[in-house]
Amino acid sequence: MNEFLTLMKSELVITFIIFLLLFIKIGKGMKNESLLSLIQVLLLVNFIAGFFFNKEGSLFGDMFHTSPLIVFQKNILSLGIYLISMLCADWLKKTEHLPEFFILMLSAVLGMFLLISSGNLLIFYLSLELATIPVAAMANFDVEKKRSSEGAMKMILSSAFSSGILLFGISLLYGATGTISFGELTAQLDGSPLQILSFVFLFTAFAFKLSIVPFHLWTADVYEGSPIAVTSFLSVISKGAIAFIFMSVLFKVFQPMQDVWYNMIVVLAIATMVIGNLFALRQQNIKRFLAFSSIAQVGFILVGISSNDATGLTSVVYFVLIYVFSNLAAFGVASVIAAHTGKENVDDYKGLYKTNPFLCWIMALALFSLAGIPPTAGFFGKLFLLTAGSARGNYWFIIIAALNMIISLYYYLRVVRAMFMDKNEQPVEKININPTVKLAMIICAAGIVLIGLLSWIYDYIQSLS
Amino acid sequence: MNLLLLIGIPLITAVAVLVSRSKQQVKWISLTGAAVQLAASFALLFAYQGQRTAGNSTQMLFEQNYKLFSSFNINFHIGVDGISVAMILLTSFVLIAGVLVSWNIEKMTKEFYFLLILLALGAYGFFISLDLFVLFFFLEISVIPKYLLIGIWGSGKKEYSANKLALMLMGGSALILVGIILLYYNAGQSFDIMHLSQVNLSGHLQNIIFPLLFIGFGVFTALFPLHTWVPDGHSSAPTAGSMFLAGISMKLGGYGCLRVATYLLPEGAKQYADIIIILSAIAILYGAFATMMQKDLKYINAYSSVSHVGFSLLGIGMLTQTAITGALMQMVSHGLMTALFFAVIGMIYDRTHTRMVGEMGGLMKMMPFISTVFFIVGLCSLGLPGLSGFVAEMTVFMGSWQNDDAFHRIATIAAAMSIVVTAVYILRAIGQTVMGPVKNESYLQLKDANWNERLAAIILVLAILAIGIVPGWLNDLLKPAAEVIMNRLSGK
Repeated sequence: MNEFLTLMKSELVITFIIFLLLFIKIGKGMKNESLLSLIQVLLLVNFIAGFFFNKEGSLFGDMFHTSPLIVFQKNILSLGIYLISMLCADWLKKTEHLPEFFILMLSAVLGMFLLISSGNLLIFYLSLELATIPVAAMANFDVEKKRSSEGAMKMILSSAFSSGILLFGISLLYGATGTISFGELTAQLDGSPLQILSFVFLFTAFAFKLSIVPFHLWTADVYEGSPIAVTSFLSVISKGAIAFIFMSVLFKVFQPMQDVWYNMIVVLAIATMVIGNLFALRQQNIKRFLAFSSIAQVGFILVGISSNDATGLTSVVYFVLIYVFSNLAAFGVASVIAAHTGKENVDDYKGLYKTNPFLCWIMALALFSLAGIPPTAGFFGKLFLLTAGSARGNYWFIIIAALNMIISLYYYLRVVRAMFMDKNEQPVEKININPTVKLAMIICAAGIVLIGLLSWIYDYIQSLS
Repeated sequence: MNLLLLIGIPLITAVAVLVSRSKQQVKWISLTGAAVQLAASFALLFAYQGQRTAGNSTQMLFEQNYKLFSSFNINFHIGVDGISVAMILLTSFVLIAGVLVSWNIEKMTKEFYFLLILLALGAYGFFISLDLFVLFFFLEISVIPKYLLIGIWGSGKKEYSANKLALMLMGGSALILVGIILLYYNAGQSFDIMHLSQVNLSGHLQNIIFPLLFIGFGVFTALFPLHTWVPDGHSSAPTAGSMFLAGISMKLGGYGCLRVATYLLPEGAKQYADIIIILSAIAILYGAFATMMQKDLKYINAYSSVSHVGFSLLGIGMLTQTAITGALMQMVSHGLMTALFFAVIGMIYDRTHTRMVGEMGGLMKMMPFISTVFFIVGLCSLGLPGLSGFVAEMTVFMGSWQNDDAFHRIATIAAAMSIVVTAVYILRAIGQTVMGPVKNESYLQLKDANWNERLAAIILVLAILAIGIVPGWLNDLLKPAAEVIMNRLSGK
């Protein structure tokens, strides 16, 4: 019993918060403002609690597995949801169904935690569904907006489709190997055609969730339609969780078939980076813009995954950590502006520096970090991904990835230029930023600047794996 | 001497600028920081010379080595040799002059000085780092400040220029990045320059990596035909920005070409030396002739920078000790000279509000000080003996002549001919702006330089004279370092 409590600690805390919110909802209810503060405190406690009593072990006959690295990955996600709850405070306070929003969000997070810890294809599938379906409901949270419903519909359809493919792949794999346990699967893999076929189906399901090109088409519409809080959740937390499990499945379970998946990853990474970048070039809506930029970032994550060693593992975790701060800061600024003025286009940002210098600096830092320019942490993140990815000596791959950094710089600079240089008769008026939001932005900015310079963080992650 | 001071002072200055409250405070803090930095650079010079005369012949002095990312074997390894010391001095001179000439910036003063100091920080870090990763980090740091300085405070088609510059330099960085990753994996997973300089990679690998690194750094230093960001970037940038871009940023590239590409990959350098010579000879001549056609003072200096920087690349391509020493001298000399040139152009533009040569005339009457400085810098540019340009170019030519085959001789002669062209455009520009009758009546009201402008100009003129009249100290500084590179090239 004691082991159950310590090993599943992260999941239990989240479950506890979900039930607490349910009771609050059923009971008298609270004012949005005080409820939001309560939730923020709870999420902070959840994040801090993640650092204590971490042990390695498995439960339920290897269905659930945890280790310090896995707990660290969960902590990154916890940090992300804590930041989202602060950054999007303006919007959250206005929603009528605040408790439901967080119940859904935390259910999805619970699914992701189980997903990262899963040691068996069955629990893997179940938790993947748990991590997806609540998000579709969240995407529909701006009920009166048509786009929001449209996005939710697209999301639910495409994820149902990918789940079908995943299940098909799992059943084929079971037929080919006779087991669904990750631990036993590896020994059974010999690269027979049936196994490769089932692996391709599994891979496709992952590609859907990670929005790897050519399975990315749902991304932009869903991102644009959803409220920004949900968009940031989708693009940071979901992506991070799926990237973690994807990596550990590839590195641990499908290690015997690495030649097969290495080539797939290389091709898809190139396609994802190039197409994500090219589509981002001309986007006007800031959410669509960040959607395509996040597709391109996933391409970079794939570069790290292609390394198939401990360095790659560490680099991806490190990159996701940085990505949480950078992308959430960008979404945070967009959220503040959208909540106060309803404007979401890059052109609306013209001349923003005159009225809102603080927001501009945060946005600029975030974008430079996404582009990988020092002294921001994104520089280190990208560089380590590239270094890890070139360990196999596939240098053309790295050259293409490095050239993609130039394209991405172009469109990130477009936003910077709009904010700092372009003139505008009627820029967005001065916004009074809520102190909580400001604090969250400062945390993000500090993360962006410090994570790279404090080099022990990388070595710490390395020591966990 | 502790080299961390060189990064620490700008860092403290930048933070102090951020927290200061008024424009006056910002300016004075920046000026103090730049002055302290200049003092520190001189202290470094004397400490370095002291060590050398005391017989310390270690290649790098004042080394420090801290673990940074131990999983990747990345260390914060810093140290200086003569080249670094010279470059650090150059940076300090340009920094203080840049701070002084920007004294009257009204628009977003705090941000301006902050970015300017950040730019200098990157340059100092770049010149002292002995680890390729750290070096690359400092090289890249300057992208944001350059982009914003041009885009916000620039003139003309500034957004276009800022974008072009950022993207082209990023392209160069991408090549450098691939190059250093290749080096890393093929030379025992290390980024350390001192370690890599002991490794002899196979000729085949060197032939692959060398062009990546050389072209990558070449973009920064206007290697023909990748020089196209230079004219636009320099002419759109604010005065201090142009001074930095041409004076220091382009030298980062030259330093990288020498220290990283040539020094670490000697076989590759020999393989591609002829191509480098051809490209730099083209750059020298093309730059000179292109300058002839320009009517805008900033464009004149920008194109002439392409031509002058060509001399340093030519010197590197010649692969003799004297030529490499000359190339380094040219970097220092051109850095000072072009910074002064842009400073003077900025002063003139602030008063006349035009940079067109044709619209000016007789400026000597109203502003004798500025005009005199303009004269001096022009003469330095065309290589008058007694000024730094002559010493540097002469050394390059002497070094080039040591190669006694027809190809090298022809390239040398071609490059030397550009001096004539230089004389034509420089004298014409000076003649039309400074001499002659006053073309515009309203110019008669113009005032001569302020104290800050005078100070900036005097500091730079003194530096130019110090190299031009007594070049020995610079030669002594650079020569041993060039010798180390030569030894590596000749396989000793």
